[in-house]
Amino acid sequence: MAPVTPALLADIREKRYARARGAASHEALAGLTLQLAAGELVALVGPSGCGKTTFLNIVAGLDRDYVGQVSLAPRPDGHPARVGYVFQEPRLLPWRTVYENIALVLPPDRADAIVRDMLTAVGLAGAQDLYPPQLSVGMSRRVAIARAFAIEPDLLLMDEPFVSLDHDTVEQLRELLLTLWRARPTTVLFVTHDLREALVLADRLVLLSAPPAHVVGEVAVSLARNRRHSGPEIELLRDEVLRHHRELIGSAAARASQ
Amino acid sequence: MSSSAAQRASWLRAFPLAQRIGSIALLIAIWQLTAEALHSRMLPSAGAVFIELVRLCADGSLPFNLGITLARVAAAFLVAMAVGTAIGIAMGRSKTLDVLFDSWLVLLLNLPALVIIVLAYVWFGLTEAAAIGAVAVNKIPAVAVTLREGARALDRSYSQMAQSFHVGRWRTLRHVILPQLYPYLFAAARSGLALVWKIVLIVELLGRSNGVGFEIQLYFQQFDVTGILAYTIAFVAVIQLIEWVLFQPLERRAGRWRP
Repeated sequence: MAPVTPALLADIREKRYARARGAASHEALAGLTLQLAAGELVALVGPSGCGKTTFLNIVAGLDRDYVGQVSLAPRPDGHPARVGYVFQEPRLLPWRTVYENIALVLPPDRADAIVRDMLTAVGLAGAQDLYPPQLSVGMSRRVAIARAFAIEPDLLLMDEPFVSLDHDTVEQLRELLLTLWRARPTTVLFVTHDLREALVLADRLVLLSAPPAHVVGEVAVSLARNRRHSGPEIELLRDEVLRHHRELIGSAAARASQ
Repeated sequence: MSSSAAQRASWLRAFPLAQRIGSIALLIAIWQLTAEALHSRMLPSAGAVFIELVRLCADGSLPFNLGITLARVAAAFLVAMAVGTAIGIAMGRSKTLDVLFDSWLVLLLNLPALVIIVLAYVWFGLTEAAAIGAVAVNKIPAVAVTLREGARALDRSYSQMAQSFHVGRWRTLRHVILPQLYPYLFAAARSGLALVWKIVLIVELLGRSNGVGFEIQLYFQQFDVTGILAYTIAFVAVIQLIEWVLFQPLERRAGRWRP
């Protein structure tokens, strides 16, 4: 068997944001190293504003102004890896229909079958001719998820895709994400500041520090997914990680101040 | 308001075309009555102008000159929109270009149309290209300023989405960038057409030997107000028709996604 190459290997030594003239630049990431195995669903957990979106934009190739390197395993056919991105807001083009929004990211000759398939998979087969302003927030997120899965991504980046939604909608969307992921296995990097959400979804949690962000700990979640929704197990796990996580942040801060 | 008045008002709202026709009929009636009262060669009656209009159409001179003028309007309009849009987007996206050329735009905006026309004829001769170029140059800065606003208002999050999904350059332009610029393009096109057709008449009057502007000059020399009004009415009607059959349907189509 060939040696298993990681689906994603990211080593960001430094990422700075220039400030307006004169002011010192802001260091967003420092020594953030992350490795994902193919097919893994990893949650990147960190406090709000710690640089999670910055990191995703670097991995997605949207931001090339950093020191370090990002490498993605090529596809089996030798083509470069495809990266799907579910942004924090759905980012659907309001002037294009649901159908056209998904078709936009696909090769035109194959688009039709894939779009129909994906819309059925997310339960929106009847909504293909609607424009995004006509959709509910939950439906918009479904379309954004469908668009990301439509390109058959080798790596799926999700940037807090379920924030500011009501509890029931979030539950449904998480369930949908897991269903899609089982049917279309891919490597997922799911960013969230919600520890409970991370524990419900992920195989592994990677914990980030306050800025400049770096990895301060990892937690493998071995509990079967169907036992994670409620019950004492998930709460125990959450309390343990939270205790652990606080310690880790504390020790990192202590190291930095020395 | 009495109920019958309210009914009448809602009936008028329901038929905007009826309002328009009523308003124009009123104007024609006032014109006709004034002309009959004055009984002067300087203000021919609406009927006389209509008869002249029919005669000019029948002998082919009005359709010919109107066609030539409209062709010039179309050429100058398209050049102005294309060049102005390109300049506007470039200046909206690049701070360097904006700093470099902003003063030029202000200068051009303040240059009287007549100066540009005269200079174009002096420098490039009394040619078709000089005529159309002069009209276009009059309009380009206004188009550029409008589209610069549009380019500045482009939402980067959509461009990021297109970039991360590797949507190609052409598809990004067509599906992501241009739809955001449509309101600005329509605003520029509207005011563009209104300005261009007026300046085309002056260009024709000064340096062309056909077209509506040239004909109006001939009538002016003969103090023939009937001919001037006949041409004016035909021209204004055609321009309004363009607004109705071209701009408004296009704008509705571009805005159909709005809730």
